[in-house]
Amino acid sequence: MTGLVCPAPLLTTDRVQLGHGSGGALSAALVRERFMPRFANPALLALGDGAVVPIEALKLVLSTDTFVVSPLEFPGGNIGSLAVHGTLNDIAMMGARPACLTAGFVLEEGLPFAVLDRIVAAMADAAGAAGVPLVTGDTKVVERGKADGLYLNTTGVGVLADGFAPAPDRARPGDAILVSGPLGRHGMAIMAAREGIAFETAIESDSACLVPLVERLRAAVGDSVHVLRDPTRGGLASALNEIAGAAGVGVDLDESALRIPPDVAAACEMLGLDPLYVANEGVLVAFVAPEAAPLALRALRGHPLGDQAGIIGRAESSHPGLVVLRTGLGGSRVVDMLPGDQLPRIC
Amino acid sequence: MCLGIPGRITELRDDRGLAMGTVDFGGVRREVCLEYVADQVRTGDYVIVHVGFAISRVDEVEAKRTFDVLREMSGLEELEWMREVAERGPQ
Amino acid sequence: MKYLTEYRDAGVARALLAEIKATAAWPWVLMEVCGGQTHTIVKQGLDQLLDGAVEMIHGPGCPVCVTPLEQIDKALALAARPDVIFTSFGDMLRVPGSECDLQQVRARGGTVRVVYSPLDALDLAVRHPDREVVFFGVGFETTAPANAMAVWRAKQLGIGNFSMLVSHVTVPPAITALLDAPDNRVQGFLAAGHVCSVMGWTEYEPIAARYRVPIVVTGFEPVDILEGILLAVRQLEEGRYGVENQYVRSVRREGTVPARDLVSKVFQLVDRQWRGLGVIPRSGLGLREEFADFDAEIRFGLESIRVAEPAECRAGDVLRGKLKPMQCPAFGGRCTPLHPLGAPMVSSEGACAAYYNYGRYRAPASQGAQA
Repeated sequence: MTGLVCPAPLLTTDRVQLGHGSGGALSAALVRERFMPRFANPALLALGDGAVVPIEALKLVLSTDTFVVSPLEFPGGNIGSLAVHGTLNDIAMMGARPACLTAGFVLEEGLPFAVLDRIVAAMADAAGAAGVPLVTGDTKVVERGKADGLYLNTTGVGVLADGFAPAPDRARPGDAILVSGPLGRHGMAIMAAREGIAFETAIESDSACLVPLVERLRAAVGDSVHVLRDPTRGGLASALNEIAGAAGVGVDLDESALRIPPDVAAACEMLGLDPLYVANEGVLVAFVAPEAAPLALRALRGHPLGDQAGIIGRAESSHPGLVVLRTGLGGSRVVDMLPGDQLPRIC
Repeated sequence: MCLGIPGRITELRDDRGLAMGTVDFGGVRREVCLEYVADQVRTGDYVIVHVGFAISRVDEVEAKRTFDVLREMSGLEELEWMREVAERGPQ
Repeated sequence: MKYLTEYRDAGVARALLAEIKATAAWPWVLMEVCGGQTHTIVKQGLDQLLDGAVEMIHGPGCPVCVTPLEQIDKALALAARPDVIFTSFGDMLRVPGSECDLQQVRARGGTVRVVYSPLDALDLAVRHPDREVVFFGVGFETTAPANAMAVWRAKQLGIGNFSMLVSHVTVPPAITALLDAPDNRVQGFLAAGHVCSVMGWTEYEPIAARYRVPIVVTGFEPVDILEGILLAVRQLEEGRYGVENQYVRSVRREGTVPARDLVSKVFQLVDRQWRGLGVIPRSGLGLREEFADFDAEIRFGLESIRVAEPAECRAGDVLRGKLKPMQCPAFGGRCTPLHPLGAPMVSSEGACAAYYNYGRYRAPASQGAQA
């Protein structure tokens, strides 16, 4: 089965729709209206990539993520490497060093062991490379026809050190906005494998562990890093909208500074997609105090994962909460949150 | 209407009597039905593709001629894209 | 990408903008009738950059927006059937019908699949012989050749479990209907470049002559649109009117003849209702009798449904160019992409969605930094 992404349905609905999982406005509404009222607590209410939980003298950071990607294996990785990188990155985006991981498997009856072994090997490689042990897990099996082969949850725990605590609401007017690499690779690599849409391409997912990049930033400029975010579901546009909203700042983007690989751009053209909304799994966005920006950029560029890092815009005090893109022609437009997922279009 | 993008034919073939081919869009390839332009095209030609069908052949001569006129009107020595292409090298 | 990227060149675009402003002695009113052109204009802020030199009115160029409520409801009915795999271009999935949209039907158990090409739908039919595959054939003349080929192949190869729900519209009758309206303000048109790639421009010649309006066949990138506008403005300033071709790299006067031929073999002109505009005679395409077997409306015995559209949705006025989206009282309030009242807010090409997504904040246009 190929789960095709879907956009927003009408708001008056009595059941879950695919759009609720897209990372856009519907997802936010689901969390806000159906989960938060039951679970409200300070750590949860901050709605960061991870939760900071003070326990005695330590500030722990926890993050959990469930991966349902289809196909299970794609150029550049598989659901296993994605799940490990994804949770390690969420911990790192909070400024914490990941300490350990858990994994929960939901396996579909009939999944070949050969596939499972490749996924597990990828998980072990990814965790091993980051030096983070997988310390506990759980496995369930469901009947044929459910779970799309495999669903995977990973949870990570990290520890926050003093003096480095990026958070979405810490963005300030004047902050430089840095992106560590080219955009749109993961989402388009997945799209290329979708039944009914499939096309041939060399695009590979950029799934990678961002911990070393974050470490370089911390060492170079420390607390001048106000916000860190990995723009996964919903792409760069959604991440920037969330930050702009959380901090009450405006965001100005320079279209000519965005780095989109030619084949990603071509694939987006073909399907009528906007690369700003396409998922990335090996890229981070950083809001950095302006005086620290050149050093921060140099720190990113010194690592292979960040060698194409650049400054793409600035936080502003005008138009708080809005993300505005300046085009090469000198015009401007709002880059809004999408209600649900982007869909290929013909029109 | 919209979303027709230009691509270069890299391969021609026949599918049970229907002219099909592979078209390269800046590095991304897809199967395209070439039946409507079959009598006009060869490998290496550019076509405009909409929902998996070539709807017209790109007239490269006309394209160059009219774009040269625009360039002259703009008074630009070299267009930004040409500079970028030069920097990037052959694709 | 060759033949695409160079038409986004900022230097050329700025030069064209300057030329338009230098040429236009009067704020001429032009209309583009193509969702893709509307998209570019608003996304690139071209209307903002034109700065009153020319007024662009957005016409009914979005086939998604003009698909009548009835056809959407028929699609929903089909998609809800357990024996049907309902396939569609992505554009249609969020358009509200009377009760819900295709997404909700999917949530309730219907099988709805997005495809890139109608041939993919045909493929699905071959791979799922136990199910009925229905394709939602929406579009202007640009998409008609693809849809025609799918039906033609289905008949040729005997793919019995494939059928099409047709909702095609053609552009020239809509332009004529707009020009006939007593309060029409439009003085010149940009014709849709891909519609004309297929059809050529012969159908526009009598319109230009009769109504004395310039019609410029135009492409979709910023340079194309600005050049198209310049050509139209020059005609207006010089008191000329006629059909001109800006999109020379793709459009010839006769279009793509084999495509036109197959379209006339498979389809015939029918009266069509345009959502928001009413019935325009001989403005749509329907399957010919020889292909009735592949007509989903006949195969599934769908009754005609008459539904009233929400009174508050001013889609018709927006589509006719009488109202700018921001002038609609519901815009941004009761009607947003998250909870749309009408199609122009749902479709990514719809004027309302374009303005909502791109145009809500207008920064002062930079004074054109040198290239």
